[in-house]
Amino acid sequence: MIPRSFEYSAPGTLNEAVSLLQKLGPDAKILSGGQSLIPMMKLRLASPPHIVDINRIPGLDYIKEEGGVLRIGALVRESDLEHSDLVRSRFPILFDTTSVIADPLVRNQATVCGNLAHGDPANDHPATMLALGASVVAIGPSGEREIPAEKFFPGLFTTALEPDEILKEIRIPIPPPSSGGSYIKLERKVGDFATAGVAVQITLDGSGNCSRAGIGLTNVGFTPIKATKAEASLQGKALDKSTIQQAAQLAASESQPADDIRGSADYKRDLVRVLTSRALERAVARAKGGK
Amino acid sequence: MATIKVKVNGVEHTSDVEPRLLLVHYIREVLRLTGTHIGCDTSHCGACTVIMDGRAVKSCTVFAIQADGRDVLTVEGLERDGKLHPLQEGFFQEHGLQCGYCTPGMLMTGAAFLESNSAPTEDEIRHAISGNLCRCTGYVNIVKAYQYAAQKMRKGGA
Repeated sequence: MIPRSFEYSAPGTLNEAVSLLQKLGPDAKILSGGQSLIPMMKLRLASPPHIVDINRIPGLDYIKEEGGVLRIGALVRESDLEHSDLVRSRFPILFDTTSVIADPLVRNQATVCGNLAHGDPANDHPATMLALGASVVAIGPSGEREIPAEKFFPGLFTTALEPDEILKEIRIPIPPPSSGGSYIKLERKVGDFATAGVAVQITLDGSGNCSRAGIGLTNVGFTPIKATKAEASLQGKALDKSTIQQAAQLAASESQPADDIRGSADYKRDLVRVLTSRALERAVARAKGGK
Repeated sequence: MATIKVKVNGVEHTSDVEPRLLLVHYIREVLRLTGTHIGCDTSHCGACTVIMDGRAVKSCTVFAIQADGRDVLTVEGLERDGKLHPLQEGFFQEHGLQCGYCTPGMLMTGAAFLESNSAPTEDEIRHAISGNLCRCTGYVNIVKAYQYAAQKMRKGGA
């Protein structure tokens, strides 16, 4: 399969890239890892007249903790995240997520920021970023702006990015002590999109009750879904079996799955219930110092 | 057309390419290195795996122009001075192939993997090859071939 012809630019700086986007408008598409874009171009589901390859821009492959925030640059590959000691030790939910995306070879190219910028509700990081209360930094002609993850996915394959903006960085607040998270995805086989996936991030207060809960759902709607009712139901509660079951039920009711080759809507809704319950149990165990 | 310079198996090539030319087509049709196979052509099967700047990637999902200035290793570059790479020897010794179609990809994934993990568990090996499909379902012997190579490389046989 051969994509349609396109013009190609490989700018050396972010400002150069933004100028190109400004000049080309919606004709341009950013190439980072390309593991979603190139297959779509080969299938001719996408035929951008101009590709702006940002891979030659230096200094965008950082994963660093700074001022209470974990910052992930635009060119961090999934496999960088997977092998980062910082991520493994401090953000097990991110490790959970990255290690179930596609397969190891795809993860060597695919970028974390691209996983968000693609706007695909079947992608895994969006749910995790919703659970973590992350935000993204967009750079455009008038400078940078920060967009919370919950405002970043307005519709199917649509993000809050303007055509002349680039997703430069993901910012994740460092969770306070006694926090834990987990991401659980059911897939038919390695490399498949999720039949459903659930991301959970919680913080416990001094008496062991839940002081913050974030829950994100993958591939059970037109956008990644923040299960706000389920989150609210956990607030201030001891995370025992019945609280967890109630939240799981609410998360299921907040999902909007469709029948498709991966299962019926009813099946997926119930799967959200089961996965939410399991992810919460694991998150609680991790908040208490377990693995 | 754009001019690219790519080092493939240690040899520098300068070529004029269309931006839409995929790396796998560049390797097979321009450089005539046909050891790299095209399998599914949809980034699933891993038959087209090559190593670019030390990382195993699916060359059907990379444009040749992205390899400009980079170092690419294909299956033809595994053998050194007439001696098989320990992993090639492992596939031979352990009967790690039947039809052979997935083999170049399995070898390239493994060559990169064993560089970073010289004493893998069986589970780690199976995880590492999860993006390479063998439709003869010969995974048992492929895992054995990786183990053979890992042991040989640890003994300094590389």
